Amino acid sequence: MSFPGKGLLKGLAVTMRTMTKRSVTAHYPDALPELPPRSRGVIALIEENCTVCMLCARECPAWCIYIDSHKDTIPATTEGGRDKSRNVLDRFAIDFSICMYCSICVEVCPFDALHWSPEFEYAELDIRELTHEKERLREWMWTVPAPAALDEGAEPAKEITTAQKAAERQGRPTP
Amino acid sequence: MAELVEVLLRVAVVLLAFLVVPLLVGQVEHKAMAHMQSRVGPMYAGGFHGWAQLVADGVKFVQKEDVVPAAADRTVFKMAPAVALLPYLVAMVAIPIGPGLVGQDLDIGLFFVVAVMGVGVVGTLMGGWSSANKFSLLGGIRVAAQLMAYELPFVLAAASVAMAAGTLSLTGIVEAWNPWWLLWQAPAALVFFVAGLAELQRPPFDIPVADAELVFGPYTEYGGLRFALFILAEYAGIVVLSALTAVLFLGGWHGPWEDQVGWLWTLAKTGLVAFVVVWVRVAYPRLREDQLQRLAWQGLVPLVLFQLAVTAIGVVVMSS
Ligand code: SF4
Ligand code: SF4
Repeated sequence: MSFPGKGLLKGLAVTMRTMTKRSVTAHYPDALPELPPRSRGVIALIEENCTVCMLCARECPAWCIYIDSHKDTIPATTEGGRDKSRNVLDRFAIDFSICMYCSICVEVCPFDALHWSPEFEYAELDIRELTHEKERLREWMWTVPAPAALDEGAEPAKEITTAQKAAERQGRPTP
Repeated sequence: MAELVEVLLRVAVVLLAFLVVPLLVGQVEHKAMAHMQSRVGPMYAGGFHGWAQLVADGVKFVQKEDVVPAAADRTVFKMAPAVALLPYLVAMVAIPIGPGLVGQDLDIGLFFVVAVMGVGVVGTLMGGWSSANKFSLLGGIRVAAQLMAYELPFVLAAASVAMAAGTLSLTGIVEAWNPWWLLWQAPAALVFFVAGLAELQRPPFDIPVADAELVFGPYTEYGGLRFALFILAEYAGIVVLSALTAVLFLGGWHGPWEDQVGWLWTLAKTGLVAFVVVWVRVAYPRLREDQLQRLAWQGLVPLVLFQLAVTAIGVVVMSS
C-alpha cells in the first residue's frame, strides 16, 4: 500500500527503531576492544634471534628501522684455529611515528626476530619518545600472543615436516 | 506589597524555566539523536551519562574570546544575540501551564506570542546583516525568505484555533478545547508545527545555516558567549513552539486528573512535541531552498486555508 507521506513515516520509523536498539559505540577507554588475531599493534623484537642481517631495515618502505652493529672477533679456541667473527647488535630502534604498519619487516626477517603484538596504547606527548629502542622492543615481546592454531585439516608447518623427516631418517621415534 | 512579591515570584519562575528547560531539550537532543544514530552521545560530563554536558559547554563558551569582525557593524552585531533570545523569554511569560499557572494571562495571548516569536527571527537577520561576511549575508537573506514564506501559514494555523475557540486568550483556548479538536484541527496542528520548525530554522528547514554551503549562515562570525546565546535561542524557540503546540492543539492541561496534575499534562505534551522536533531532525535531510518555498506556498498555505474554511463551517454549525 502506498499513500502520500509514506516515505516520511518510514524515515521516522527507522530512526525510532534504531533508538530502541543497542548502540554500536565501542566504549574504548572504559572497555578494552576485542582485537582480531594478528592485530598489528606494535612490533616486538627478540634480540637474541637477530643476526643483524639488515634485511628488515633495507626492506622497510618508510626507512624507520635504525640498526647499528659492530663485528666482534671471538679468538680461536684451538691452537692454530681461525678467529670467529660475529655481529653484535648495538642499536635496534623502530620509529613508530613513521612506521606505517605494513608488516614487511616482520615478514622479511628470516630468523623470526620480529613479531606483532596487539598492544596499541603507546601514545606519547613527545614525538621522539615514539622511537622505541631495543630494550623497549624486547619488552613488547611479553605481549606477543601465541601463534593462532592452524585450520582444521591444514598441512603441518614446513619446519615440522622437515624435522620429522630428519628424525625418521635417523630412526628415532617421532611424536 | 503582596502583589509585588507575587509578580517577582512569577518572573523568577519563568526565568528559571527559561534557563533550565531549553538545556533539558538540548540534552534530550544530544542523547536521543545519538541513540537514533546508534551512538551514545556525551557520556562523561557530570558522571552519569553526560548529564552535565551542556553545563560544560556553557563554561567553555564563557571562556572564549569575544571577537567582533573589523568591518562589522559593531552595535548591531553585539545586540543581535539578545534580540534573538529575549522574544522567547517574553513569549514564555504568556504561555499557560495549568489553570491560573501562567506568568501573565493576556486577553490577546495568542496574538502576542505569535507576534513576539516573529521578532526572534529579526535577531538572526541582524546577525546576518551586520557580520560583514558574504556567508552571513546570504544566510540572513535565506532567513528572511523563510520567515516571509512560513509566517503566513503559521499565523493562519493559529487563527484557526482562535476561531474555533472564539477567543485569543491562550487560557481561554485551552478551556474551550475538546478532544475531538484533535481531528478537526489536525491539519492546522500539522501546519503550525511544520511552519514553526521552519521559523526556528530547525532541520530539515535549516537552509540558512546549511554548513556545506554557508559555513554557519548568519552565525558564521559569532563565537563564545554570543554564539551560545544564539544556540540557546534556538532551544528556547523549540520550547516555546512545543509549548504552544501543546496548548493550542493538544489540549494543554486536559487529561486524566487534570484538577490535580494538569500542569504535568502540559509539560508532558510539551516534552513530547519537543521530542518530535528532535526526531524530525534526525529522520530527514535538509530541504533545498526551492523545495522549502514550494512546501510553504503550494503545500501549507492551501492546506491551512482549507482548514480555515473547515473551522468556519464547524463553528457556524455548532453555534446554530
Ligand atoms: S611495519 Fe613496515 S614501515 Fe613499519 S617498521 Fe616494519 S617495514 Fe617499516
Ligand atoms: S631481518 Fe631480522 S635478523 Fe635481520 S636485522 Fe632485521 S630483525 Fe635482525
